[in-house]
Amino acid sequence: MWPICELYSAGLLLYALAALTGLAAHLRKIRATWVATSLCCASMVAAALEFSASAASLIAGAEFNWSLPSGAPFLHYGVRLDPLSAFFNLALSLLAVSVAIYSVGYLKHGVLQRRPGLFCFFFNLHLLFLTLVFTASNIIFFIIAWELVVVTSYFLVVTDHESAESRHGGMLYILMSRGGTGLLFIGFLLLASAASSMEFQAMHGSGTKLTPALGAAAFLSLFFGFGVKAGIIPLHIWLPAAHPVAPSNVSALMSGIVIKTGIYGMARVFFDFYGDVPVWAGMLVLLAGVVSALLGVLYALMEHDLKRLLAYHSIENIGIILMGFGSALLFRSFGHPQLAALALVAGLFHTLNHGVFKCLLFLGAGSVVRGAGTRNMEEMGGLIRRMPWTALFFLIGAIAISGLPPFNGFVSEWLTYQGLLAGFGATPTLTRIVFPIAGAMLALTAALAAACFVKAFGITFLALPRSESAENATEARFSMQAGMAGLAVACVVLGLGATWFVPIFAPITQNAFGVQITSQLVSANGLLLTAGSAQNGSVSPLMLTVALVALGVVPLALWFILGRKSTRATGPSWDCGLPGLTAANEYTATAFSKPLRMIFGALFRPRREIQAEYDVSPYYPKAIHFESEIAPTFETHIYQPLLAGIQMLAARMRRIQTGSIHAYLAYIFVTLILLLLFGVRE
Amino acid sequence: MREQALAVFFQVVLVLLLAPLVTGFNRTLKARVQTRRGPGLLQPYRDLHKLLRKGMVIPDTSSWIFSATPYVLFVATLLASLLIPTISARAPLSLFGGVLAVVYLLALGRFFLALGALDTGSSFGGLGSSREMTISAIAEPALMLAVFTVAIGAGSTNLSIVAQAAQGQSWRFLAPSQMLAFAALFIVLIAETGRIPVDNPSTHLELTMIHEAMILEYSGPYLAWIEWASAIKQLVLMTLLVNIFFPFGLSASWSPIAVLISLPVFILKLLLLSIVVVVVEVTNAKMRLFRVPELLAIAFVLGALALISTFIFQG
Repeated sequence: MWPICELYSAGLLLYALAALTGLAAHLRKIRATWVATSLCCASMVAAALEFSASAASLIAGAEFNWSLPSGAPFLHYGVRLDPLSAFFNLALSLLAVSVAIYSVGYLKHGVLQRRPGLFCFFFNLHLLFLTLVFTASNIIFFIIAWELVVVTSYFLVVTDHESAESRHGGMLYILMSRGGTGLLFIGFLLLASAASSMEFQAMHGSGTKLTPALGAAAFLSLFFGFGVKAGIIPLHIWLPAAHPVAPSNVSALMSGIVIKTGIYGMARVFFDFYGDVPVWAGMLVLLAGVVSALLGVLYALMEHDLKRLLAYHSIENIGIILMGFGSALLFRSFGHPQLAALALVAGLFHTLNHGVFKCLLFLGAGSVVRGAGTRNMEEMGGLIRRMPWTALFFLIGAIAISGLPPFNGFVSEWLTYQGLLAGFGATPTLTRIVFPIAGAMLALTAALAAACFVKAFGITFLALPRSESAENATEARFSMQAGMAGLAVACVVLGLGATWFVPIFAPITQNAFGVQITSQLVSANGLLLTAGSAQNGSVSPLMLTVALVALGVVPLALWFILGRKSTRATGPSWDCGLPGLTAANEYTATAFSKPLRMIFGALFRPRREIQAEYDVSPYYPKAIHFESEIAPTFETHIYQPLLAGIQMLAARMRRIQTGSIHAYLAYIFVTLILLLLFGVRE
Repeated sequence: MREQALAVFFQVVLVLLLAPLVTGFNRTLKARVQTRRGPGLLQPYRDLHKLLRKGMVIPDTSSWIFSATPYVLFVATLLASLLIPTISARAPLSLFGGVLAVVYLLALGRFFLALGALDTGSSFGGLGSSREMTISAIAEPALMLAVFTVAIGAGSTNLSIVAQAAQGQSWRFLAPSQMLAFAALFIVLIAETGRIPVDNPSTHLELTMIHEAMILEYSGPYLAWIEWASAIKQLVLMTLLVNIFFPFGLSASWSPIAVLISLPVFILKLLLLSIVVVVVEVTNAKMRLFRVPELLAIAFVLGALALISTFIFQG
């Protein structure tokens, strides 16, 4: 028996201790490298403790509950490690370990170098509150932890607060999160009134006790409230603004796990608080998934800021996760718990997988940005020679996120496809058409993601460097490489050994639908991953890899027999007859995505401006100025009118804001009287 | 176990030998239709043999990605061919991955090929890789819808089971859903194998080429692997079409007699499909690049109609 409770508490305490030490170091102005190094090691140990607590809880199927009364009504400082919480906490701590190792080296650079203590303070607090969000078992406590995550991540995002871009990104993030929290309050209070309790345990299935209208209202406000955090389109605009400007280790955590707090909330609400939802709710989630996935990847393709590109891919992957969740909701509505379990496993597995490879890619981007001194891909190139290890890890992440076999992205996308495929036969009437169409859109998304990562990897790492800083880039420090290596290994292991990890979802589906599908998902002694049964379809990433390696014999043997004597020389690439190939001959990121920009022109509405200066003849321009941008549709069509409306409303509200303290006292008095008259009933 | 190992061996040999033949047949037939003599059926074999013994030049701008690409592409494509039924309804490795794995293994090869093209640093490589990734991306939904129609009909993504289910009702290709799915998949075949009207395999005109632009810098054995892999990919997609929609003559096992009967039938089916491809190729002009999405949109609509008619006609 594992001491789950002790491990869990020790992890929390260590986070808190490391945070306080960081603050003390900052206040006493100690900036020595040992501060950052030791505090990062502390976070790593704390994360490892949390990891073992969650893993033990998942494997043993042991739930633990612990609570501390606060004295205030409704609020208990209650924590609970049930399977769902344990799974998300596991994902969090897995990423936290790698990010902490990476940070040891990363904190020796740039702006972080100047304030390592303060950074470690917020970093550890952030991890502490994230752990609490995933494990809180009381609504008020959950909301408190939720808000503290927002606050700490705000401070992490604006670490480089001298830059206006950082401040803007951080502000947008905190504003939109506030809006989301408002929605969460409404939804949670409605559910709590049905359960007449603020405890998560009492709220199991409470959504179904509400009247249909109120149930729908609670569902919608919770979906959109958590959707802000998860970054579903059109609530996503903070994500590409805030993630890129943060230090890369923070971006890795935010894209890897912070946005998953939204997914955790949805999973909690959809599959724990609601016993059943109407069909439209499942359709809404599925649709939001499809739209987010497709638009996310399309906007990612248009980016040439490496970190913004990755941020848009987070939106895409949230979409893929929601496709799994949406189909799980629909299957439950139509009375197919087995299929619902399959779809839920797909969504949750993709949550973990996306966390791992997105974290890896952001850490890789962090090394690249540090090495090349820019986030603009158009100024990179040739980094594979200067940063060979970073390039290798980034490539593994790129293959995984593109859903290509045999890594982890492929496995969870495969499960998502199987869920969608089963939907056609399992649902009545025309709703069934939705599933294959969603599957086709998933295929489009995955193929576009592959195109996007050919661009991201090819332009960043391959061929000739496009700028001086890229030419002088150096490999990342050893600890940074180690952090990335851990996640790269996780990508491979989660892919090849998918059948070993799928059983951890058994208790979650058991709680949600009362079925354990995972024993059917794994067959042939853990060799095959199946779609319910081997008859419906099966895949074995492990055997595919073995076969890939074994088939390597064919080209090698042929080469040995026939081509052994063929010579091998190096020479310049074909330069079209111009004198010497330079970086100017290479395709740029903008050029690479041009065909797609034209094909999806209705969405992007690209604008371009070319000005050429001529000397003698128009065939020999002296200088060309080229500008190209795509229309920020959501910002101009949704958020600007919204902002204008809010400002107008605020201007009207100003009339009662006189600034006189007497008036405010009068307002308070009147409110109190009204509350006493109408609010308190006995 | 032993039978399966034999089946793997046999199918590897079959695919390796048959793929260049189909390419050769295509070229010869096309030449004859255009009243040329053509290079002869066996020219692809001669080309491969020649390339394997030639020396090669590696661009000095490139990295290990450039050298790894031909191997990854070749092996991934070859593995994809082992997941589909060729002469027997029981594909050797179909249990390890169904039709989704086939699509994604081909995508893995393409991913590396596009990277290898970018690695050369020349503008042609970038041009080819950008176009290839674009066209394959917009071909993907149509491909998936057609595949889904078939998979839903058989209740499985395992291609052996799909083929066996199709064998049970040999005249099913007359059902509207099957015909529509076939049409969608045929357009995807044209796009994915880079034939006219999407791409021209025999051109080196810079404005129009897609596939050829990507492999411009490859030479010697590396070029041989890539050419061979392209031939295998074409064979994989053609086999998918002929064996899923017209499962005639597929043997139930890998016994020598069954194989001897099924092999000629399989080759005959492939050649018939080749004739259709060639007819399309010689009667059409190459499209402008930005007209290709329209063609693929047609394929997508056909795929969607196939699904809807599955639902309406229950077939």
